Amino acid sequence: MSTRDLTVPVAAPATPWRERLGTMVPILVLAPSLAASFIYVFVFTLWTLYLSLSNSSLMPTYGFVGLDNYASLWANRRWNIAYTNLFLFSGFYIVGSMAIGLLLAILIDQRVRGEAVWRTIFLYPLAVSFVVTGTVWSWLYNPVDGIQAFVRGLGWTDFSFALTANRNTAIYAVIITGIWQSSGFAMALFLAGLRSVDPDLVKAAQIDGASVSRTYRKVILPTIAPIFLAVAVIQIQFAIKTFDLVAALTRGGPGVSTTFPAIYVYDLMFQRGQIGEGAAAAMMMLAALAVVLVPYSLWIAWRRRGEGRNG
Amino acid sequence: MSALMIRDLHKSYGGLEILAGINLEARTGEFVALVGPSGCGKSTLLAMIAGLETVTSGEIWIGDRLVNSVQPKDRDIAMVFQSYALYPTMTVRQNITFGMESRGVPKAEQAEAVKRVAALLQIEQLLNRKPGQLSGGQRQRVAMGRALVRDPKLFLFDEPLSNLDAKLRVDMRTEIKKLHHRVGKTTVYVTHDQVEAMTLASRIAVMNQGSVQQFDTPKRIYDRPTNMFVAGFMGSPAMNFIPARLTGATSIAVRAADGSDATLALAAPLPAGAPKDVVLGVRPEHIYRFTTDLKSRKPAVESMQAPVELVEPTGAETLAVLRLGDLEITGRFEPDDAPVMGETITLGIDMSRACLFDPTTKALL
Repeated sequence: MSTRDLTVPVAAPATPWRERLGTMVPILVLAPSLAASFIYVFVFTLWTLYLSLSNSSLMPTYGFVGLDNYASLWANRRWNIAYTNLFLFSGFYIVGSMAIGLLLAILIDQRVRGEAVWRTIFLYPLAVSFVVTGTVWSWLYNPVDGIQAFVRGLGWTDFSFALTANRNTAIYAVIITGIWQSSGFAMALFLAGLRSVDPDLVKAAQIDGASVSRTYRKVILPTIAPIFLAVAVIQIQFAIKTFDLVAALTRGGPGVSTTFPAIYVYDLMFQRGQIGEGAAAAMMMLAALAVVLVPYSLWIAWRRRGEGRNG
Repeated sequence: MSALMIRDLHKSYGGLEILAGINLEARTGEFVALVGPSGCGKSTLLAMIAGLETVTSGEIWIGDRLVNSVQPKDRDIAMVFQSYALYPTMTVRQNITFGMESRGVPKAEQAEAVKRVAALLQIEQLLNRKPGQLSGGQRQRVAMGRALVRDPKLFLFDEPLSNLDAKLRVDMRTEIKKLHHRVGKTTVYVTHDQVEAMTLASRIAVMNQGSVQQFDTPKRIYDRPTNMFVAGFMGSPAMNFIPARLTGATSIAVRAADGSDATLALAAPLPAGAPKDVVLGVRPEHIYRFTTDLKSRKPAVESMQAPVELVEPTGAETLAVLRLGDLEITGRFEPDDAPVMGETITLGIDMSRACLFDPTTKALL
């Protein structure tokens, strides 16, 4: 009797339909964004790759020319300056903003009074867009009405501060501005890391007789090493994409001294009608990113596997 | 000579008083347990001994030195933390030598010390591992190794076993006791577990609401608790508190299940000035099934009737919930001789082991 009840088909169809809907919902919700990111990231990357191997000029065309675009790109002095600037800027910018961010985070971690105020002040530059930052700093660097004029007005008439006017120093103006913009961001991440360290560790180090600097060097900072890596990776992709900051601050000048790959790509593609070579330059930017991000994600995957094994 | 002496120690955060006049001392080689419910101030007291918290007022002496304003590293102490606080990026060996390195101890001496401690704790094979690769018990050993290697005047333990599972906790408890016997260092041990305190300590300080309720040997604390808090906190299942009335110089009346009064003779007369209403405190193991044989062996046993409401066999013993007036008390019986549910038994209460408390001051009479 009871076995026959189980085979009655009345209640059966309702549950599978609901269950199927239940399993479909996450897929349905995620599908649009997955499709969009697939098209915009992978399809356009592949399209750009193909364009970089084509003879496209003002409009995309599909005559295959092999690596010609890359050859002419690397023969161009301006591109070489841009690519060098990218590494110079990335290096100083990442190291500088991490060093200053870490210093600020450690200072704030000493239970200073009004911590929230300091945090807001240091994090504030991040809320300002690169264009605004670039514009404001271009005024500050301007010898006629910036910092130089201000200090001279105070009486030091020999004072000279005109980084952006000199083609050898202009890149450092960009670096300083970039560091100003993002050390607060690094500070926020470092501070969160410092706060996550077990306070008992610090007490144990205190009883062990370690000085404050030794406690930071040997105990606290090694513990938050993964945060250093995360901050560095985020900063690197900021650095490689740098466009608006430079566009607003120096417009790539004086001359071509502060040209960056992103500016160069824009210039080739939309100003000079050399889409093929522009695409080649864009692929070189992707390569620069990949050099950093591929080892990073491999390392993350390797570490996760290791954790899985231990756990 | 006492290794640790604490005089009238106070601690407050703003207006909030955490410790209200602590007096405590530990003789050289003694094992003192600080026990109490969470928030009683025991961990704060330990942190103040270690120098990790400032002293609001009072004195802390370690050996013959007043250490109120001495840095933790100069107090000649070592501490084992609840979370172990092992340095996660260092190997076990580096964890153990970190303190010596900070003090500039020569390398050869460091290696010698590590060898000695590793042998003592049997962690030689773990020396090159990182804390993340160790089990809870192994971490515990390493944490003790880091403390032992200092050869300090005073050992401080802050609830070191509370992160372990029940079985391991018992094992490590035994091991700490053995270790203390072997090393013989003065130890202050904070715990909220009264069994740990009873088994390990040579003297226990029971704390509540920022003050020491009683500081005595485990036996005295268990047998003659100074007040109802200590009586209720130490012992599991807890002591039964039964309201009673004085009916003469040496007898009290207790309300039985049927509403009638049962008269029990006291083992010793109460001091003069005792209140008319008292609280009779009886530990579960001092409640028996009454027999004439029992009475002849323990003359202080007094009898009364009580229905059995519930029986909880635990294997080694059987706990029975008995009804007395409108309250329930717990008795501990031999499993072979345990009452059954629904039965009304004649209880034997060993009055020579019972305590009487003043219900208003909660103090022992």
